[in-house]
Amino acid sequence: MSRPTLLTGWGRTAPTAAHVVRPRTAEQAARMLAEAGPRGVLARGLGRSYGDAAQVAGGTVLDCTELTGPPRLDPVREELTAPAGTSLGRIVEHLLRHGYFLPVTPGTRHVTLGGAIAADVHGKNHHVDSSLGAHLRSLTLLTPTGGVLRLGPEGPDPDLFWATVGGMGLTGVITEATLGVLPVETAYARVDTDRTPDLDSTLDLMARADPTHRYAVCWVDLLARGASLGRGVLTRADHALRADLPAPQRRDPLRHRTGPTLAAPPWAPPGLLNRWTVGAFNSAHHGAAPLRERGRAQSLAGFFHPLDAVSGWNRMYGPSGLVQYQFVVPFGEEGTLRAVAEGLSRAGAPSFLAVLKRMGAPTPGPLSFPRPGWSLAVDLPAGLPGLARLLDGFDQRVLAAGGRVYLAKDSRAGPETVHAMYPAIPGWRATRARVDPDGVLVSDLARRLRLV
Amino acid sequence: MRDSLGSVRTVLLLGGRSEIGLAVVERLVREGAREVVLAARGGVAEPPGVFGALDATTHSLEFDAEASGTHAATVAAAVELVGDLDVVVDAFGVLGDQAAYEADPLSAARAAAVNYTGHVSVGLSVAARLREQGHGALVVLSSVAGVRVRRANFVYGSAKAGLDGFAQGLADSLHGSGARVLVVRPGYVATRMSRHVDPAPFPATPAQVAEAVSRGLRGNATTVWAPRVLRPLFTGMRLVPRPLWRRLGR
Repeated sequence: MSRPTLLTGWGRTAPTAAHVVRPRTAEQAARMLAEAGPRGVLARGLGRSYGDAAQVAGGTVLDCTELTGPPRLDPVREELTAPAGTSLGRIVEHLLRHGYFLPVTPGTRHVTLGGAIAADVHGKNHHVDSSLGAHLRSLTLLTPTGGVLRLGPEGPDPDLFWATVGGMGLTGVITEATLGVLPVETAYARVDTDRTPDLDSTLDLMARADPTHRYAVCWVDLLARGASLGRGVLTRADHALRADLPAPQRRDPLRHRTGPTLAAPPWAPPGLLNRWTVGAFNSAHHGAAPLRERGRAQSLAGFFHPLDAVSGWNRMYGPSGLVQYQFVVPFGEEGTLRAVAEGLSRAGAPSFLAVLKRMGAPTPGPLSFPRPGWSLAVDLPAGLPGLARLLDGFDQRVLAAGGRVYLAKDSRAGPETVHAMYPAIPGWRATRARVDPDGVLVSDLARRLRLV
Repeated sequence: MRDSLGSVRTVLLLGGRSEIGLAVVERLVREGAREVVLAARGGVAEPPGVFGALDATTHSLEFDAEASGTHAATVAAAVELVGDLDVVVDAFGVLGDQAAYEADPLSAARAAAVNYTGHVSVGLSVAARLREQGHGALVVLSSVAGVRVRRANFVYGSAKAGLDGFAQGLADSLHGSGARVLVVRPGYVATRMSRHVDPAPFPATPAQVAEAVSRGLRGNATTVWAPRVLRPLFTGMRLVPRPLWRRLGR
């Protein structure tokens, strides 16, 4: 067997060692799954989950990024089928060439289709279009009991299908999936931007704006103190029609521009992102945004994936890495949002990228994160003193408000808390036990949170 | 499993009555550990109440530092009790009295067996388990006494010097395995074990040692000193000429 490899999530915290194997076909993946040792096995994609979701200490990790092949588009049914190791970036390229787009796009295109399903990812259109799982027509799953199963939301085996959507890879290895796609006229978004002076006006504007645009997201400044706390930049958008584009772009409206990619330096000193540097950035970012702008055409890549322009940006958090805290609380629990915002501000926590979204209808996935309500995601340096206690306190508030944290982002919550936030775990376990009775599929996240 | 902010779930203390060891465990429990195994000769019938008060479950395990043949089984028994070992604190040892050792070579050899060979067999057993599970930390209680051995306590000091070297080598052998070793070098710590010795300059309390261990575990340290000032101090001590070193009273 190969030498063990140290793996972490995107946050670069808590590395553990596993034997990494790279299946190139579904048959190879099935064999590797069958050969797993006593420490368990798990599929991994491009490693963009922040915490310990895609690593299994002492076990075998199936790096599925070579499980690729040409995506197949069916224009009649408006659906696309692709191997699970295909990145969403590659899928978007293919789709735009034919005048389609993904129904749901997360904040980065560097994730695999399989990983996106396992986390049931959401995008800026959750309030209108729900999460990726809602657009899946079918998926193919390899299970430890030896079966290659084709599953769908209405059958076959809808329970296992939904246990897999958002199931963090713990029900099997996804090898292929088919999803509905969205016809578009151009590779551009028509973006409206508004700058808000404080948290109340941010929330108010977002609530009023809800149904008017397909996409809406607000960047909020949680380092600003006093009255400016929670000031933000709200961007709302729809797919641009050909007629919306300026003349030069109109000639080739589906041309996909991802822009140049800069690389973050290979090493950054500890504490580079602190309350002063981040505070200055936040102020500049807020100040640079237009107070009110309507109908600006922006490339879809620029609109959906601004961070993809800097490869390896997670390294900027230095050797101790970063933690992302994302939670959702029901509408009406704005007090919890405010408490978290104030808690972060009071602690001087340098939250660089705080993103506020409104979420809509959930999928039936028992472990799927989204619920109707407010979602806030915050990046924080893992080395921040007192962070563990601060976030534990937030967990309790979120739980009391009927909310939950996102497993694909989590790297530090306690098992009791997460079980209380996800009351459907027992049913999910029963479904899982049908295809993995010996508990072969496991991850560090599953061990930490006692999911399996 | 250690989480992204350094909290762990399980802790095994080898030397289950060691005051420093218990202080380290208490600190880890305060930071979130939920399962504690206290391993000592005869087991630990009455664990400190603070663990229970902090919602941690405490298990007792028979462990004889001198019986090297049983050490692999001891580690396996701990795994049986709590699963993966997130942190193992290797804290057992005897200080003894230098003059008594010099008068009774056999007692000196027995102390050396506890303070050095016992750690070799149990340290290798722990390392094998940590390597297999792909994560975990072994905290080895070394001492400044082993950094440069002194006339006044060379039986104890030489065993600590051996242990310190062993732990460093073990750390290097585990590099890349997901497991790690943290070497802890406290100075004088006022405990039952050291009651018969006069305090040295820059003493530390068990809680201060625990704080240093916690800090070391959170970062990527391989060695921590308690208090921190001992590090530059002993860097200097190593350069003191031998005739002068020999004459140091203590």
